[in-house]
Amino acid sequence: MSTPPSSAPPEHSEQLESVVIRFAGDSGDGVQLTGTQFTKTSALVGNDISTLPDFPAEIRAPAGTLFGVSGFQLQFGSTEIRTPGDRPDVLVAFNPAALKTNIDRLRKGGLVLINSASFTSRNLEKAGYESNPLEDESLSAWQVITVDMTKLTREALKESPLRTKDKDRAKNLFALGMVYFLYSRPLEHTISWLENKFAKKPDVAAANVKTLKTGYYYAETAEVFRSTYSVPEATVAPGLYRNVTGNQATALGLVSAARKADLDLFLGSYPITPASDILHELSNLRAHGVKTLQAEDEIAAICAAIGASYAGSLGITSTSGPGLALKGEALGLAMMVELPLVVINVQRGGPSTGLPTKTEQADLLMSMYGRNGESPIPIIAARSPADCFAAAFEAAQVAISTRTPVLLLTDGYLANGSEPWAIPQADELPNIDPDFLLDGGEVLQPYARDPESLSRPWIKPGTVGLEHRVGGLEKADLTGNVSYDPANHHRMCSLRRDKVARIADSLPPTTITGSQTGGDLLLVGWGGTYGSITTAVHKARAAGKDVSSVHLRNINPLPPDLGDILRRYDKILVPELNLGQLVRILRAEYLVDARGCNKVQGLPFTVNELIAAIDAELYGEA
Amino acid sequence: MSEQPIISLSRSDLVSDQEVRWCPGCGDYAILKHVQSALADLQVPRENMVVVSGIGCAARFPYYMNTYGFHTIHGRSPALATGVKMANPELSVWVVGGDGDMMSIGGNHLIHALRRNIDLTILLFNNEIYGLTKGQFSPTSGLGKRTKSSPLGSIDPAFDPVSLALGAGATFVGRTADMWGKHCQAMLKEAHAHKGAAFIEILQNCIIFNDGAFAHEVGKKTKDDATVELIHGEPLIFGKESQFGILADGLELKVVELGEEFSAEDLLVYDKTKLNPGMAQMIAAMGVSDGSLPLPVGMFRQVQRPTYEHSMEDQVRSAQQDTGGKPPLQSLFNQGDTWTVD
Repeated sequence: MSTPPSSAPPEHSEQLESVVIRFAGDSGDGVQLTGTQFTKTSALVGNDISTLPDFPAEIRAPAGTLFGVSGFQLQFGSTEIRTPGDRPDVLVAFNPAALKTNIDRLRKGGLVLINSASFTSRNLEKAGYESNPLEDESLSAWQVITVDMTKLTREALKESPLRTKDKDRAKNLFALGMVYFLYSRPLEHTISWLENKFAKKPDVAAANVKTLKTGYYYAETAEVFRSTYSVPEATVAPGLYRNVTGNQATALGLVSAARKADLDLFLGSYPITPASDILHELSNLRAHGVKTLQAEDEIAAICAAIGASYAGSLGITSTSGPGLALKGEALGLAMMVELPLVVINVQRGGPSTGLPTKTEQADLLMSMYGRNGESPIPIIAARSPADCFAAAFEAAQVAISTRTPVLLLTDGYLANGSEPWAIPQADELPNIDPDFLLDGGEVLQPYARDPESLSRPWIKPGTVGLEHRVGGLEKADLTGNVSYDPANHHRMCSLRRDKVARIADSLPPTTITGSQTGGDLLLVGWGGTYGSITTAVHKARAAGKDVSSVHLRNINPLPPDLGDILRRYDKILVPELNLGQLVRILRAEYLVDARGCNKVQGLPFTVNELIAAIDAELYGEA
Repeated sequence: MSEQPIISLSRSDLVSDQEVRWCPGCGDYAILKHVQSALADLQVPRENMVVVSGIGCAARFPYYMNTYGFHTIHGRSPALATGVKMANPELSVWVVGGDGDMMSIGGNHLIHALRRNIDLTILLFNNEIYGLTKGQFSPTSGLGKRTKSSPLGSIDPAFDPVSLALGAGATFVGRTADMWGKHCQAMLKEAHAHKGAAFIEILQNCIIFNDGAFAHEVGKKTKDDATVELIHGEPLIFGKESQFGILADGLELKVVELGEEFSAEDLLVYDKTKLNPGMAQMIAAMGVSDGSLPLPVGMFRQVQRPTYEHSMEDQVRSAQQDTGGKPPLQSLFNQGDTWTVD
C-alpha cells in the first residue's frame, strides 16, 4: 500500500477558507490523540489553527455515559484563525453519548461521521436515547455518514497478532484516516509519529498505521463523501513554527526569563487542574537549571518559591483558583518583603471547586484584592496559547526588576488549547539584570529604593557583610527594621502602591483594533477572550459597523493611555467570562459608563454571541 | 580542594543590633544564647547562616541573630526554608518556631520537611502554650489544661513532638531544655553536623502563661529522677545516684531499681542508629505515659539517608551531563514537530 500524495487534492474537490471539526467519544476512545494528530498535520501543511480540548473531570468515567464524553475541537484555515470556532462543520462521534452531547452544536447541514458499531441498545440506553437516532428522523438536519468502523478495523487487522480488544482501540485512526481524506491531508506525519511512538511495539505501530490508511482508502473507494475539500496554506509570517499549548508556552516563557536573567528557576507547585501541566513541563527541564518541588500543599508551594527567591533563584508557583485562595497570605508576605515571585493562576470555573476542567475569568478581583491589608500586586494576562510565552516572560521580567510578586493570569481554555507558535530567536530576547546587591556601603539599607522604579535591593544570603533580616512585620523605611510607627506605616503602604503603579511608565502604547480616533463602540477585553473578541470585531467591521477593541495585557497597573482611549468612544462594552469584574475596575478607575457582557458557562465566548452583543449595543435589543 | 580558612566567630558576632523584646525571664533568652554560642563554633561563615521562623514568640528569633534571617508567616517556616535550602544548598539553614507554629498551623510542613530529609535544623521551642496570643492551650498542652480558651479544662489530647517527628521519618531527633546550656549546645552542634533534617524539641518555660510547665523535668534538683538521658550504646540508667534503669519486658518498658535483683546488664541498651524507628518510638512513648516513667531526653535517632537537596542537585547534574552545563535555550525552543514558513 502506498502513501497517498501529500499535496495534490483529489478530484471533485472544493476549496474552503476555514473548517471547524469536533471529535467526540468516550474518555478512552483516543479523542484527544485524534484531535492532536489532525492539528499537527494541519499545522505542518501550513494552515493556521486554534484548538480546544474539552474533557470531563473524571479520568475514565464509565464508558458510554453522557458525562464521560471527551471532546476536541479545532479550527484550521487559510486566514488568521483566532478561535477554535463557534459551531463545528464536522462532528466525529464515536458513540451515542458523544452524538447526543454534541449534535446541537453542529452547524445545520454539517456532516456527522458516526461509528455505527457503538450504537447498541445498551449504549443508546446509557445515552438516554429512546429510539436509535440513526433509524429515525431526528438527524435529518445534518448529513449523516455511518460507518461500522469497529468491523472494518477488525477486518483490516485480521492478519495482525494483536488481540481483538487491542485491535478495536485503533478505530479512532480509522476515523482520522477518513477525515484526512475528506480534507485532503497527508498521512505521513501521523504515520511517522505512530512509528516513533510505538517503536518498541512494532505490532501496535503496524496495526495503527494500517488502520489509518484503511480509513483513508475506505473513504476514497467507497465514495463516502459527496465531495472532498482543501484548505490552502495560510499566509503567516515567515519563520520556524511549532504547536504549543498555553501551559507549554507558559513554562517556556518562564525558563527563558530565568535563562536571560542567568538565574536558576525554582517552581513550587501542588497538582491542580488545569495548571498541573506547567509543573510537568518544568519538572522535565532540570538541564536548564530548573528545580521543582511538588509541595505538600498550595501554601508550601508558594512559601518554598519565596524562599528560593530569597536565596537568589527565580521563584515561581503555579496554581488555579482554589490554590490562589490558599496562597493569599504568602502572597502578601512576598509583597511585604519585596522579593521577585511569579504566581501563575490558570483560571478555571469557580467558585469553590466549581468546574475544574472548564474555563472562566472570575479570579480577577481576587487577584487584585484578595489579600489582607493594602497589598498591590501587578497583574498580567495572556491572550492566546502561544501568547502565554510572552506574558510569562514579561511577568518574570517585572518580578525581577521591580522586586515584587506578579500574578500571571491564564485560563483553562488557553492552558489546554493550542496554536502555532512562531519560535523566537533566543539571542534576541532581552537580557534581564537581577542586579544583586554585593556591596552595601557604610551602612546597609535593605529597604533603600531605586529613585525611579522604587524597587529595593535584592540581597542573596551568602553575600559577605550584608546580613540582614526581613519579614512580614511592617518595615521601617530604609533600614527594614520592625516598625510600629504610624507615619512610617502610611509611608510604606504608599511606597509599595507607587512602586507597582510606576510599572505603567514602561508599558507600550495600547493597540486599538479598528477606529483609532474614536467611534460608536469600543470592546475592552482581557485574557483568553482575545480570539473571540477580535474575530467578532473584524466581522462586524466588515459588515460596516463602527466597532473597535482593545485587549489588555496589563491589568495592574493599567496602561497610562487607557483612560484617554476609553473617552473617545460613545459606548464601551466589556466582554468577560465572569459576572462583571474588569468592568468594575474600569468604571472605578476612569468614571466611564462601561457595560458588561458576561458569560459563566465554563465555555469561551462564541464569535456569534459577541456579534449579537455588539448589535444589541449599537442598535438596541432586537 | 584548598584548605578551608579557620573562621573565628564569637557569640557576640552573632548578636544583632536589635533590642530583644521577650518577657523578662522567658526561656527564649537562654536558648538565644545557646544558639549564638553553638553557631559561633561551627566553622560556618556568618553570611552563610540563615535563620527562618514562622509566627509566635519564638519566631522573633531571627531579628536577634546577626545572620541572614527571615521572619515568615504562621506555620510556614519549614516550607519557606525548604525553598532556601534547595536554591542554595551551601547555606546553613536554621528553622525556629513554637508549638503552636510547628505542631498546629504548620504541622503539615513540619512532617513533610522531615519526610523529605532536607538538610534543615529545626528547633521547636515547646512551652505547651500560646504565648503571643496571650495564653490559649496548644497542641502540646495536654488534657485538662485550664487556659483562657479552655476554662473548663482542655479536651484536646496532646501531640508528643518527638513521636511525631519519628513517625514522619526524621533522621535526627533530639530533646533538650532551655536551661541545659551544655546539653543544648552540644545537641545543636550535632544537629548541624547531621546531613539531613534535624529536629530538636527544646523544653522552654513561658513565665507568663505556663510558668513551671517543665519545672520537674528541667529543674536542677529534680531532673535526674524525672528524666532519663539516652546515650548511644549505653544502658538506660537514671536517678540522682544512677540507681534506676529502664528494662524492656517484652514490649513494655518499666523502671527497675539497680542492686540485688537487677544490674546494668539487664537494662535496655540504647541505639540511636537503628533504621527501624521502633525502639525510638517505644522510648519516646515513655514521655506520654502516666508519669511512672521518666521523660526521655537526648538523642532519639540519628540515621543517614540521602538529603533532598542533594538528590535534586544530582538530577540537575546528570541532566547536564551531555552538555556540560545548561544547554542552549534555542535547543529547547526547537524541540518537537516544527515547520518552516518561507
